[in-house]
Amino acid sequence: MRDALQRGIGTGVAVMLCLPVLAGLAGTLLPAFGYLPALGGTQLTLGHFEALVAQPHILRSALISLAAGLISTFVTLMVVCTFVAGFAGTRPFAFIQHLLSPLLAVPHAASAFAIAFLIAPSGFLIRLASPELTGFDRPPDWLVPNDPLGLSMISGLIAKEMPFLLLVMLAALPQLPVANARRLMSALGYGRVSGFIIALWPLLYRQIRLPVFAVLVYSTSVIDVAMILGPRLPPTLPVRIAQWLADDDIGARFLASAGAVLQLALGLFAIVVWIGVERLGRLCHRRLSASGKRLSDDRLLRRTAAVITTLSAALIFTGLGLLALWSIAGLWPFPDSLPTSLTFRTWQRALGGFAGPLANTIIIALLSSLLALAIAIGLLSRSAHGTAERWFPVFLPLLVPEIAFVFGLQILAAMAGFSPSIATVAAVHLVFVLPYVLLSLAPPWRALDRRYEQVASGLGKSPLKILMTIRLPMLLRACLTAFAVGFAVSVSLYLPTVLIGAGRVTTITTEAVALSSGGDRRIIGVYALLQALLPFLGFLIASLVPQLLFRHRRAMRI
Amino acid sequence: MRTPGKTMPLTLSDVTIRLADRLLLSVSATVMPGDVLTIMGPSGSGKSTLLAYIGGFLDPAFTASGAVLLGQDDLIALRPQQRHTGILFQDPLLFPHLSVGGNIVFAIPEAFKDRDVRRRMAENALDEGGLGGFFDRDPETLSGGQKARVALQRVLLSEPRLLLLDEPFSKLDMALRQQTRELVFAKARSAGLPTILVTHDRADADAAGGALIHIGAERQS
Repeated sequence: MRDALQRGIGTGVAVMLCLPVLAGLAGTLLPAFGYLPALGGTQLTLGHFEALVAQPHILRSALISLAAGLISTFVTLMVVCTFVAGFAGTRPFAFIQHLLSPLLAVPHAASAFAIAFLIAPSGFLIRLASPELTGFDRPPDWLVPNDPLGLSMISGLIAKEMPFLLLVMLAALPQLPVANARRLMSALGYGRVSGFIIALWPLLYRQIRLPVFAVLVYSTSVIDVAMILGPRLPPTLPVRIAQWLADDDIGARFLASAGAVLQLALGLFAIVVWIGVERLGRLCHRRLSASGKRLSDDRLLRRTAAVITTLSAALIFTGLGLLALWSIAGLWPFPDSLPTSLTFRTWQRALGGFAGPLANTIIIALLSSLLALAIAIGLLSRSAHGTAERWFPVFLPLLVPEIAFVFGLQILAAMAGFSPSIATVAAVHLVFVLPYVLLSLAPPWRALDRRYEQVASGLGKSPLKILMTIRLPMLLRACLTAFAVGFAVSVSLYLPTVLIGAGRVTTITTEAVALSSGGDRRIIGVYALLQALLPFLGFLIASLVPQLLFRHRRAMRI
Repeated sequence: MRTPGKTMPLTLSDVTIRLADRLLLSVSATVMPGDVLTIMGPSGSGKSTLLAYIGGFLDPAFTASGAVLLGQDDLIALRPQQRHTGILFQDPLLFPHLSVGGNIVFAIPEAFKDRDVRRRMAENALDEGGLGGFFDRDPETLSGGQKARVALQRVLLSEPRLLLLDEPFSKLDMALRQQTRELVFAKARSAGLPTILVTHDRADADAAGGALIHIGAERQS
């Protein structure tokens, strides 16, 4: 009886979690086929797809998105895999891991700006080399970033996804027999990398497959990074959809829904191609294992992986420094490496503009991440020992291109009479924040010694009392970290904010990305820096509060 | 604390525990108030699982049947928090976020409402355990023996109806083990609590002085 009830609640929760995605998809599909009574569409038609196909260079836009997704995911995975294989458990590994982990919190848009500020023709790298090495006394006429092949966008995505996949792998590693496998394989004469790949990679990959898919779908459908670093003529498919959405012409909405359906298909196609890549990888893995090749001298390979990971982190950090510098730069003519004077004028000028969006960003992030934390606690306290598959509905939003269902949600919200507000934006943020909060909270939740609760239960305390007085206080740090992760995710969300906020609710992120086409480096510096720093506010709270509350409790400090 | 007269005998009747299709153990026994039933067996024999079944937190991987009666009450029908089974594990498991006194106050039944009364009860319990003045201490700063005594006072103050001991002495060093063992058994006896001890240390069983049941494949003579 109680089991049946629990199963019922479980199914209810699953439906509730799937609902936003499914409803959103429906809200996208119907207008794509012409059905949107509010805008006079009552007849089913394929006309909007014909219009989509007739758009100039639409195939090129779609292919660039697809290629960017596949290439950046593949390269990131290979580099991180080689790095983990070559260094797991060593000193340099711990160092690079510490270097990379704060990057996880930096929003995509901010790190894209950081890279743009470095590699642009008038950017820092060229300034460093000019005019002595290059002979340039004015910026060269290069299409960088925004190169037509999307190479700058791809490198931006790689640099940003690397910390994520590294962290995901680190979370999976403790469940693998790493030390034993290493000893065995090196006794057999294998190099570190080949030994790791032959003995452990299939086990590791099985555990990180879902996040890899999430990275793939995300990079195929990314908008903010593509607007900042991606090609302009034509832009990538998601950027074009966003442009149609912003178009005043009502007919463009139908075009946008058709585009969103194409984006959905593109995301699915990317997954299908990736599954092919997986098959191929399995074949290569079998060949390699059977060949007996030891590849014992893999120093070059290992060093390359370490250099790429370190370099990409260094690039983003330098870029963030540049954002800060630009925001307080006075006169800074090309090709000077540093500004001739510093001033706070830009900040004073921008203050009136960013105060509102800043408040919105913080309120929305607080609302969505606190609510997500409460839901995650509720879900975990019902079934803490469920496997990852049981949470699949929660991760659905990460496996469907956001534009394909957030757009539909926007239409549904408008039909239901919700006008854009902080609450509606926060509600949609929740859909994206919850998976990450859950991912962050689940491992420490499971790791807590259950005997503490058994003791408390024997002392006559109810489950609710035990949750409130034993489990949550003991997991306070983990809860606050999960909250901070959610806060960071919410701060970085661009598309859901633009679509649901509909220009009436703006955040630092939407303002920063909107500035990207303008090219005022100083003001971009202010907004991108704010965006990059905001997530650390959450992490600061997460580290200070337990420190303060438990300053007299030795076992509660790490 | 309950007077010995109020406590009741504990009866295990045909308690059977299985893991998948494998029978782990099958036990019938009666433990009188103040007596200790010792269950010995190698690790993996399911002796801790028996305590989990009685306490109400059996892992769903196991299936169990049989009645656990306290007097006439069927404990298995009650929710875990209504069974009032005091448990001591290998580790003292003091709640690390509370002070030493906080740990004990937590255990005092909610019927005692007044904050000062609760604090005084906890302080008395600490005095009794030779831990006077430890109320505000961080549990992490205590020695192993001190932690074990706090854990014991915590359990006793919660007014348990029976006591379950899951190898509670195995992590203590020799001298301390004997001392703690005597203290726990003496307390259980004076509170009149029917007690089940699982262990693989023969000396524990001898000190307990009650009935002894061997389970698992490796029987010791």
